[in-house]
Amino acid sequence: MTEQLTTQSEHPNYWVPHPVVIEKVRQEVPRVATYELAFVDSATAGDYRFAPGQFNMIYVPGVGEVPISLSTDPNSRRTWAHTIRTAGNTTHAIEQLGAGAMIGMRGPYGTAWPLESSAGGDLLLIAGGIGLAPLRPVIYHVMAHRANFGRVTLLYGARSPDTMLYRDESDLWSRCGVEIETTVDRASSDWQGNVGVVTLLLARLRELRIQRTVLMICGPEVMMRHTVKAACDRGIQHDQIWVSLERNMQCAVGLCGHCQLGPSFLCHDGPVFRYDAVAPFMAIEGL
Amino acid sequence: MASGDPQDQDMVARLLPIAALDELLGLLRDQGYEVIGPTIDQDAIVYDTIASTDDLPRGWTDEQQPGSYRLKRRDDDALFGYVVGPHSWKRYLFPPLTTVLVSERTESGWRMRSPEEESPRYAFLGVRACELAAIAVQDRVFAEGDYVDPIYQSRRNNAFIIAVNCTQAAATCFCTSMDTGPRCRAGFDLALTELSTGFVVEVGSERGAELLDQLALRDATQDELNRANEARHVAVTQIQRKLDTSDVHDLLLNNLEHPRWNAIATRCLSCTNCTMVCPTCFCSSVEELPNLSTERVERQRHWDSCFNVDFSYMNGGTVRNSIRTRYRQWLTHKLATWTDQFGTSGCVGCGRCITWCPVGIDLTEEVAALRKLT
Repeated sequence: MTEQLTTQSEHPNYWVPHPVVIEKVRQEVPRVATYELAFVDSATAGDYRFAPGQFNMIYVPGVGEVPISLSTDPNSRRTWAHTIRTAGNTTHAIEQLGAGAMIGMRGPYGTAWPLESSAGGDLLLIAGGIGLAPLRPVIYHVMAHRANFGRVTLLYGARSPDTMLYRDESDLWSRCGVEIETTVDRASSDWQGNVGVVTLLLARLRELRIQRTVLMICGPEVMMRHTVKAACDRGIQHDQIWVSLERNMQCAVGLCGHCQLGPSFLCHDGPVFRYDAVAPFMAIEGL
Repeated sequence: MASGDPQDQDMVARLLPIAALDELLGLLRDQGYEVIGPTIDQDAIVYDTIASTDDLPRGWTDEQQPGSYRLKRRDDDALFGYVVGPHSWKRYLFPPLTTVLVSERTESGWRMRSPEEESPRYAFLGVRACELAAIAVQDRVFAEGDYVDPIYQSRRNNAFIIAVNCTQAAATCFCTSMDTGPRCRAGFDLALTELSTGFVVEVGSERGAELLDQLALRDATQDELNRANEARHVAVTQIQRKLDTSDVHDLLLNNLEHPRWNAIATRCLSCTNCTMVCPTCFCSSVEELPNLSTERVERQRHWDSCFNVDFSYMNGGTVRNSIRTRYRQWLTHKLATWTDQFGTSGCVGCGRCITWCPVGIDLTEEVAALRKLT
């Protein structure tokens, strides 16, 4: 059901990360920054490949380790970008360390967005807040292989205009054939765009070619549930919908038990799932 | 690893006199094994390093009920006249606390590496059939998936297993329902059945055979084989507890909003005992352990439990914030989704979770209740 992936090479101890240096930090919006990570060992860098949707475990010795989706161009060969919101101890430490610091990284882990099997179809990407970060590699993939896809549309909802990610890239994405619609929950005085939840954009979307559309959603779980519902109202089936889920993760290889949702380990069987595989379990609160 | 499926009919077994058991343990020690076996600590039979058969609970037995465990004197000198206690072999193969990563600050930055640990060579004495099954379950989890846990795998590869067939059962045992016992069928190097005059020994592996050959034992007589059969049969007849496993996967997953979960939650204390004593539960967490100067940091892995509130913590809230949802996670994982994940049930019918539950919650009873009310 999921695509063939790049996975970590045979490693005797999966807990051992590769040393990486934070080469560049770009503040995206308040408390969210994109960190360009470069491997200290060039041989590791040469071998490292990932597929859009996969994640790395980012480790700060003495503080902790967090799963972070790659938000970089899948053709990256020298540095790999991770867009991180400062939320807990480890992300706070990464923010404090800043450019030049050495941390650890292991991965890539998990499943990917279905880009190979979606070739020829229309892509509808729907992101909420920082959920745009795991979809950004999809956009880069589309830009590099634009002819492989039909219509490509991004619907992006954020809390407010000043929390919208990658605003300076949206012109480039548009020029490369990605139609972009945005909305915010709370407008500022200078905001001319849409106000309201992202599902409204989906309800209003014109020329939706239902049969050939593949929908990829990433955002808070409640947003994804409502988006799926809105998509179904438009006639899209569960097996055309893919979601990226989030849970506590510690080992990233399906051995620590934290990230279970029903029969799935999100780290190993996810984070990207076709919706019909997880729908019965997402419907139950507290699973 | 041990293999083989000895059949009772054409079993070639030897007789190990009681006094020769120490000789056998001595040979294992000569080969560099640390012998771990049952011994008494704080009024319970637990597993620990044993120096000789004098450390075994000779002449003791256990009485188990939901929420109750008591040791009692036997009227004989049996060395293995009890069933399973609060410990399982999990603590030796998947240690409760272990270092998984060491980071050291150097002039050129952090050096992150595996801890330097020579994997211990354990010989387990007194592994019961349900425990052999539990080890096989953890093999599926830690050693037979896409990712292998190196700590588990090296300890497991090193382990020498002397199984012991149960000749009695506790009121909490239900291995017959889970098809895991009481007979030890595979997964051991040697298997013993205790008689008053010695042990009938079966061989389960090449290295088991090699070890036994050093003792120059005679074959067990037909009479001894018959007596071993009878002794093992006593355990079968004593097992009263039943878990109806038919369709249990769908039964649980189709009843995730069943009112019974609320009823269990009024009794369950979410204390984690059931997961700590369970021989297959594998959940863990990692923590940072820096030295005072933070020049050296260890990552330590410790057993964790889905009954802990923090276990499902993530930025934005706790997923399983009630006892109802945590018990449901444990039971549905153990009996249903475990099968999806690993192709085997997570329950081996040892009954530990029933005995060591402080309020005596019995999963066989809970499954029966879910079945009745659907």
